[in-house]
Amino acid sequence: MFGHYLQLGLRSLRRNPALTALMVMAIGFGVAASMITYSVFRAVSGNPIPDKSAQLFIPQVDSWGPQQNEKGEPPEALNYVDAMALMRAQQAKRQTLLYPLLMSVMPGGDRDLPLAANGYAVDSDFFPMFEVPFQYGGGWSAQDDQARSAEVVISGQLNQKLFGGADSVGHMVNLNGHDYRVVGVTGHWNPKPRFFDLFSTSGFKDASDFYMPFSRALDLKARTGGRNSCRGSLTFTGWEDYLQSNCVWITPWVELDGAADVAHYRRFLESYAADQQRAGRFAWAPNVRLRNVMQWLDHEHVVPPESRISLLVALGFFLICLINTIGLLLAKFLRRAGEIGVRRALGASRREIYTQYLIEAATVGLAGGVLGLLLTAFGVAGVGVLFPPQIAKLAQLDLSLVGLTLLVAVIATVLAAFYPAWRAARVQPAWQLKSS
Amino acid sequence: MKLHPILAALRKHKAGTVLIALQIALTLAIVCNAIFIIGQRIQRVNRATGLDESNLFFVSQQWVGAPSADTPDGVEKLDAMQREDLAALRNLPGVASVAPINSLPLLNSSWTGSVSLKSGAEIGDKTGTRTAYYFTDEQVFPTLGLKLVAGRAFNAGDVQHQGFRENRDRPVAIITRALADKLYPKGGAVGKVMYSDGSSAPTTIVGVVTRMQIPSSGSFGSDFAWNSTLIPTRLDANFARYAVRTRPGQLDAVMHAVTPLLYKVNPLRVLDDDSVRPFSDIRARAYRADVGMAVLMGVICLILIAVTAAGIVGLTSFWVGQRHRQIGVRRALGARKIDILHYFQIENGLIAGVGAVIGVILALGLNAWLMTHYEMTRMPVLYVLVGVIAVLVLGQAAVFVPARRASNVSPVSATRAA
Repeated sequence: MFGHYLQLGLRSLRRNPALTALMVMAIGFGVAASMITYSVFRAVSGNPIPDKSAQLFIPQVDSWGPQQNEKGEPPEALNYVDAMALMRAQQAKRQTLLYPLLMSVMPGGDRDLPLAANGYAVDSDFFPMFEVPFQYGGGWSAQDDQARSAEVVISGQLNQKLFGGADSVGHMVNLNGHDYRVVGVTGHWNPKPRFFDLFSTSGFKDASDFYMPFSRALDLKARTGGRNSCRGSLTFTGWEDYLQSNCVWITPWVELDGAADVAHYRRFLESYAADQQRAGRFAWAPNVRLRNVMQWLDHEHVVPPESRISLLVALGFFLICLINTIGLLLAKFLRRAGEIGVRRALGASRREIYTQYLIEAATVGLAGGVLGLLLTAFGVAGVGVLFPPQIAKLAQLDLSLVGLTLLVAVIATVLAAFYPAWRAARVQPAWQLKSS
Repeated sequence: MKLHPILAALRKHKAGTVLIALQIALTLAIVCNAIFIIGQRIQRVNRATGLDESNLFFVSQQWVGAPSADTPDGVEKLDAMQREDLAALRNLPGVASVAPINSLPLLNSSWTGSVSLKSGAEIGDKTGTRTAYYFTDEQVFPTLGLKLVAGRAFNAGDVQHQGFRENRDRPVAIITRALADKLYPKGGAVGKVMYSDGSSAPTTIVGVVTRMQIPSSGSFGSDFAWNSTLIPTRLDANFARYAVRTRPGQLDAVMHAVTPLLYKVNPLRVLDDDSVRPFSDIRARAYRADVGMAVLMGVICLILIAVTAAGIVGLTSFWVGQRHRQIGVRRALGARKIDILHYFQIENGLIAGVGAVIGVILALGLNAWLMTHYEMTRMPVLYVLVGVIAVLVLGQAAVFVPARRASNVSPVSATRAA
């Protein structure tokens, strides 16, 4: 029976072409608008490291005090003194400090002009903590951190540019005029949003080119290539003064397993801040935070407001399209009251009429879904007009989006058809037969 | 015409009536808010930066193997490199003027701090006024096309240089009128002093410019968007940035000549596709999201209005078909064509009116919700009023075609079976 109803449904699409076209277009546009905005929203609101987001935490310590901090919240990064103190305490399973670096790379020989390279100064734990994939080699060791070694991990992309993609472990790379030994080459790795550096980025950037030991970057007195935020009187002049100042520029991360470790680390942070208060460095009560990845993304408002508002507007738009569809289906079905009357008189049950019209609605939904799919493909390609390229790149028409588009179109139309189909099934056969 | 028969008929078509009214209400709510958002975005995008934006481009480059800016010796070397670049750029044919500058309005890379009338008021203190600094030299006025309202421009004698993270005293500064009004509400800021970034050394305000936006175009700088301070100091670091004004019509030619020229001066530097950008590109990039949002909202509004109109046409056509015989009876009993036309028009007016009332409530509710969750301001009532009139007109326009068809039903159809 299903096949027969489906056939009837397809045939009836042709019967009122204008009305049907209106419905198909309403559903098509509605579902496409929702899917395009959803594809962007999905891209920006995703969990960048799903299997570990609950174990990675960013400690914050209020080094500015209630007079100068942002509405009671501690600064979003640490100053040098606090960052080094947290590292030295070794209270977490794994821990790293990081800050962005802007450097230049000299390609080998003298054949080319220098390239700009974006990277990070990190500790050895960075690689296992954030599950950085390696193509060749690996990260450096904790001993290298201590030894302040001139070692570097480069991205597959930079490796392609410098070494043509060959295994370059052991080769030298010249960054800002200093030579570094390559210890590892990463696979493609660019978590989006870039949860680990929301202090200097808005979360969406091209992949980094290199990673070098934090201790080494300090030896070079390499300034942060990202944000730096200061309070109070700026009296420092040289590098040493800068390190002792209250300027924040370092992002710390710790890995903690389980609630007990988290509670322990939180207590440690509070006691650290309390010690600073006793020592007279802070003139205020401890004000610390320990947020995991998702809490941090939320706190930093990573999802652009444009994305949320356009998703909302698109959903409202889809709702209107569905209301429109209910009305049009009602008109389409009840126009055939006479026909329904005849079928009922010939013995069709209400249930059968109901099923037939729901299936007919589903065919309308499917047609709308196909149109919606075309519009979505078109729209996803045009998302670049709407969002910065870094975000637009994330919106893709993949298999799940195709499936979702069709599914949403069909289900929404069938839902919209409940009432019109119910009205159709209630048609009184006797009355219809009499009046015609 | 009496409303009673219309209301009685509508009672027989509850579902259709409710659907049209609901659709009109939701359309009104969404379109009002969307147009309000579009209006706000357009207003934002059209804000003047205070610069003469044509024939202006920006160079941002980085030196390779540059000396450290932390030693006095390194600072001098870096400054010499920067002056060499400036001299080369100023000699380039087609160039009108060049100024070193750490950022430009809308570039979203800023140095912010605070200025105060109190000596030693710390950054972040409530007594200070937030500002964004532009470190530049005496060529900044012709280069950016800033307009002085009081005092004087910088002269070559004002210009100092310093390492990027050094904190030197700032003897003189030029500020925007917005900032001058904050510091000296009674006017006469020129010649007076202020203290910048918690310093205890005074900074004399030598001039005031009409307008100059800060580099940040986002929400971060929204509460001090016009509080700029110009300091006549070249910053020396492993990177340098220049603003270049070309003679009219020579922008493209000069931009093409810049990269080879700078490489000729010193090949040890990084200059890529992004290093030389016209100001129009900086503006477009800063407002991309706003323009995109406006386009999206515009497209959705148009489709929404079309869908709603189509829905009204569809349902009214259905009603006309259903009431074919009754219309014939009315015509046979003496109703004129215009009476039938009016019947459907008034019917639609009633439904649209009810929809509009609900829509006004929804529109204001949606606006209130957006205000609490996003950076949105209160929507002026004018938008809602225009929206109400628009949906009523839309309803009448949509109902006209089916209503005219109804009015053309011939009286004789009353005698035929339906």
